[in-house]
Amino acid sequence: MPKDSGIGASPKRREDVRFLTGAGNYTDDINVAGQAYVHFLRSDVAHARIKGIDTSAAAGMPGVVKIFTGADFEGVGGLPCGWQVTDRHGEPMQEPPHPILAQGKVRHVGDPIAAVVADTYEQARDAAEAIEVDLEELPAIVDMKAALADGAPKLHDDLTSNLCYDWVLGETDDAVVQKAFDEADHVTTLELTNQRLVANPMEPRVAVGEYKRGTDEYTLYTTSQNPHVIRLLMCAFVLGLPEHKVRVVAPDVGGGFGTKIFHYAEEAFCTFAAKACNRPVKWTASRTEAFMSDAQGRDHVTKIELAMDKDNNFTALRTNTLANMGAYLSTFSSSVPTWLHGTLMAGNYKTPCIQVNVKAVFTSTVPVDAYRGAGRPEATFQIERVIDKAARERGVDPIKLRRQNFITEFPYDTPVALTYDTGDYNGTMDKLEAAADIAGFAARRAESEKNGKLRGLGINCYIEACGIAPSNIVGMLGARAGLYDAATVRVNATGSISVMVGAHSHGQGHETAFPQVVAEMIGIDESQVEIVHGDTSKIPFGMGTYGSRSLAVCGSAMVRATEKVINKAKKIAAHLMEASEADIELKDGMFSVAGTDKSVAWGDVTLTAYVPHNFPLEEIEPGLEETAFYDPANFTYPAGAYACEVEVDPETGKVTIERFAAADDFGNIINPMIVDGQVHGGIGQGIGQALLEGCVYDENGQLLSGSYMDYAMPRADDVPFYTVDHSSQTPCTHNPLGVKGCGEAGAIGSPPAVVNAVIDALQSGGKNVTHIDMPLSPGRVWAAMNG
Amino acid sequence: MYNFEFEKPGSIADAVAALGSEDAMPLGGGQTLIPAMKQRLNAPSKLVSLSGIAEMKGVCVRDDGALSIGGATPHAVVAAEAGAHYPALAGLASHIGDPAVRNRGTIGGSLANNDPAACYPSAALGSGATIVTNNREIAADDYFQGMFTTALEEGEIIVEVRFPIPEKANYQKFVQPASRFALTGVFVAKYADGVRVAVTGASEEGVFRWSEAEAALSSDFSASAVDGLSVSPDGMIGDIHGTPAYRASLIKTLTKRAVAAAA
Ligand SMILES: Cc1cc2nc3c(=O)[nH]c(=O)nc-3n(C[C@H](O)[C@H](O)[C@H](O)COP(=O)(O)OP(=O)(O)OC[C@H]3O[C@@H](n4cnc5c(N)ncnc54)[C@H](O)[C@@H]3O)c2cc1C
Repeated sequence: MPKDSGIGASPKRREDVRFLTGAGNYTDDINVAGQAYVHFLRSDVAHARIKGIDTSAAAGMPGVVKIFTGADFEGVGGLPCGWQVTDRHGEPMQEPPHPILAQGKVRHVGDPIAAVVADTYEQARDAAEAIEVDLEELPAIVDMKAALADGAPKLHDDLTSNLCYDWVLGETDDAVVQKAFDEADHVTTLELTNQRLVANPMEPRVAVGEYKRGTDEYTLYTTSQNPHVIRLLMCAFVLGLPEHKVRVVAPDVGGGFGTKIFHYAEEAFCTFAAKACNRPVKWTASRTEAFMSDAQGRDHVTKIELAMDKDNNFTALRTNTLANMGAYLSTFSSSVPTWLHGTLMAGNYKTPCIQVNVKAVFTSTVPVDAYRGAGRPEATFQIERVIDKAARERGVDPIKLRRQNFITEFPYDTPVALTYDTGDYNGTMDKLEAAADIAGFAARRAESEKNGKLRGLGINCYIEACGIAPSNIVGMLGARAGLYDAATVRVNATGSISVMVGAHSHGQGHETAFPQVVAEMIGIDESQVEIVHGDTSKIPFGMGTYGSRSLAVCGSAMVRATEKVINKAKKIAAHLMEASEADIELKDGMFSVAGTDKSVAWGDVTLTAYVPHNFPLEEIEPGLEETAFYDPANFTYPAGAYACEVEVDPETGKVTIERFAAADDFGNIINPMIVDGQVHGGIGQGIGQALLEGCVYDENGQLLSGSYMDYAMPRADDVPFYTVDHSSQTPCTHNPLGVKGCGEAGAIGSPPAVVNAVIDALQSGGKNVTHIDMPLSPGRVWAAMNG
Repeated sequence: MYNFEFEKPGSIADAVAALGSEDAMPLGGGQTLIPAMKQRLNAPSKLVSLSGIAEMKGVCVRDDGALSIGGATPHAVVAAEAGAHYPALAGLASHIGDPAVRNRGTIGGSLANNDPAACYPSAALGSGATIVTNNREIAADDYFQGMFTTALEEGEIIVEVRFPIPEKANYQKFVQPASRFALTGVFVAKYADGVRVAVTGASEEGVFRWSEAEAALSSDFSASAVDGLSVSPDGMIGDIHGTPAYRASLIKTLTKRAVAAAA
């Protein structure tokens, strides 16, 4: 019987009522009396030296309040990078400054040169057109290999080269790795690109800065996934402001997908300019600006080699990746190709020897940072593509080859620094085989062939590491932040509860799922529990939402705080019933004394806490409010198996996805409907990457895919109905809910399944195609078939 | 967007007069022009809306048998009302853009703009249509003069488009994945005196007629009649969505499919 409330139930998402009826409160809905508007004059060339900026004509234009250039930010800090990677020689990565407005040089199309604050947005834009910028164009640096060549033009004059770091994980001794390859019975090699993507949340970025002269207090409203992180970075590294004087509010946020984690120049600018202009300053990105200023995702070029013995056991894996950082180091950019990618290269398999090498490269393009999955899709794509190729070369069934090499005993220490606590990859694969009706594929293929279409089946397995932690380990690995989270459970006198959480919901459904947990723990109705998030003046210092961490990390803090509340409430109940605290039981919102018929309701206890007429004041304080900070012992390890079936039109190269099945192990599940939705959305995004999306620069560093006319987002008719199965559940062993995180799985697991399916289809049509780089657009598939 | 004046005349004559002022532009559905103005890529001093001119709207069959469509008729109206007379044309209109685009965008605006990936130009050229302006009639063969270029003079407006109704016709649109304009589109129409094949989306010269296919299909209107032909990739568009060779291949594939669907 499915439950109708509490943990495991699927109540409809309460926040959707306001989202779907136009009652959401997004940052652009926030208007502060007297606000001015800023327009950023952005570079239209990829790389140039700024020889002069003349703002004199613009300054006199109607409505102009003030014009800022890089010179106004001398003495102000730059945007920091939150993760210092140490290279293979023990040296820190090269870390160039990232000014709020360009100083000396522009380094990508979209780099802000000047900012015009004016009474209206159109006036700011008019004045920006009157600014004269004298640029000496320099060679664009687009191709990563060329950027690393001897004598290549340098993007940052003060660095020794365009190399950010050269990093190794796993077996560091090249000779040991080479020996494993020399001894192999078979080696499969694959060169591939994980193309650059634009995150494209539906809501573009917005910032409103406000300054109160009377109290010297700042408020920044911003489209962020983590308001406390923004406040910390902006105060401590950029503007040098005391945190207690700065409030950061991230109200309803219309999707983030990673790109709203980072601290951006426009946020610091609006906060800074609000004081400088003594007026609130608002900025709303156009979609065009979003394409050239939101941190982008992926962009890895990789060579991967898999060694096998004569029985097809994996014996070694070696992978060499060039990772594009773009022009500057965005907040968590350096960690994505390293600790979020290299550590995942074991996948679901017990390969004993693994070496991962990543060279991160500066290019004159928009910075690259975490995007749904962040490093894990790049790892999964390589592993699962090379396994698929190996299966074909060895003539073995791709499911069998995977099963044979699965990790089956837990905990499992991988050769690339992780300890998987739990999992059941064979069990999950069993679920997939049933959900996908793998047995019926041959008949479906025959049917497609009758219609002149090639049909393919693609399998993929993934493991991901979510809820990145614990803080002491990530600190050793270079993180300049802790990765705990926090929750305050505030019980009101009449028994309703506000839970202030450090996680931030920007579409995930926390406002529905989190109360299910608290309500179940106490035994009250979910409607009595409300989540408060997104405002540093209301919530405890939390780290926000990304990396599928919210429930596993912040939810655990919430459980701990709720336990503290229950413990205190039991003390009060014991006092009220004149019983021993040890005998108090809480069930369905009633406290009772074991073995008696004495009971007292939740509401009586909460009222007593705040109206302490009859209260053990000498033993406990009045009130009922507790906070917990939770720092996990390990990552969580969701894993799954996906199957995609495609049809390819052999004449046009057009791929259509006919079936898609997903079997995921997310451990325990709080709200199955929300989990289904997260997986659906993730698969849709992964299909977008596999078939449609691609951010392309020409050799001059101009964005060829700078609008929706050329950047293809997945639409409803590009995706099939999904079959999802979450019944394979091995609960996380180290957090109180046994949950693992489900937000990124779909985006990680689906691209290789789609590509594997297309290759299978082409091979079935007698085409000797072993790889096509994403997106598998009709033109590319046709070219591969006719190559 | 820069500031501009706005007029909404009720007759063709008033519209032509209003367009007399310097840098004035006609406004059809605004689906191309307004985004360009928002991006500050176009800065007319005045917009003269054609949407209030009753004599420029609607679909009807003329005494000579041609289908007449008013220059300010939105795509959705063509999709709904042309079907009884010219199903291939109604089908084409029903697949332009999304509902909002179809309810605003007009046939006159589409033909005046002559986007190399637009759909209507292939129907007009493939049907041997007549473009009727406020002061003359222009045969489709003379009207299209390359990407975004037409025979229209400054201030001249398309008031009507006349389509001779074919015996059989079909439009095959292969969409560009992002814009969903035609990556390549082929319009095939069979008339008593021969077959016309017009191709959009493919050539650097804009919409064009594939004369070899026309000849082959005029003597044998079957998909296999095109088998022996091929299109040269020279002069075809190459971009991030497809190479010239790919577009050349699509032309042949889509032509065959159009013939099969029409027959
Ligand atoms: C999201 C989207 C998707 C689209 N998809 C497609 C598609 O799949 N296929 C396709 O073919 N098109 C597509 N379009 C274009 C659409 O069909 C437009 O309607 C068309 O290109 C322009 O028509 P309009 O009436 O909006 O013209 P406007 O934007 O108003 O004007 C365009 C130009 O034509 C001029 N003009 C307008 N009317 C006349 C007239 N009667 N006489 C002379 N000049 C005139 C204007 O001055 C301007 O220069 C799409 C557009 C959008 C926004």
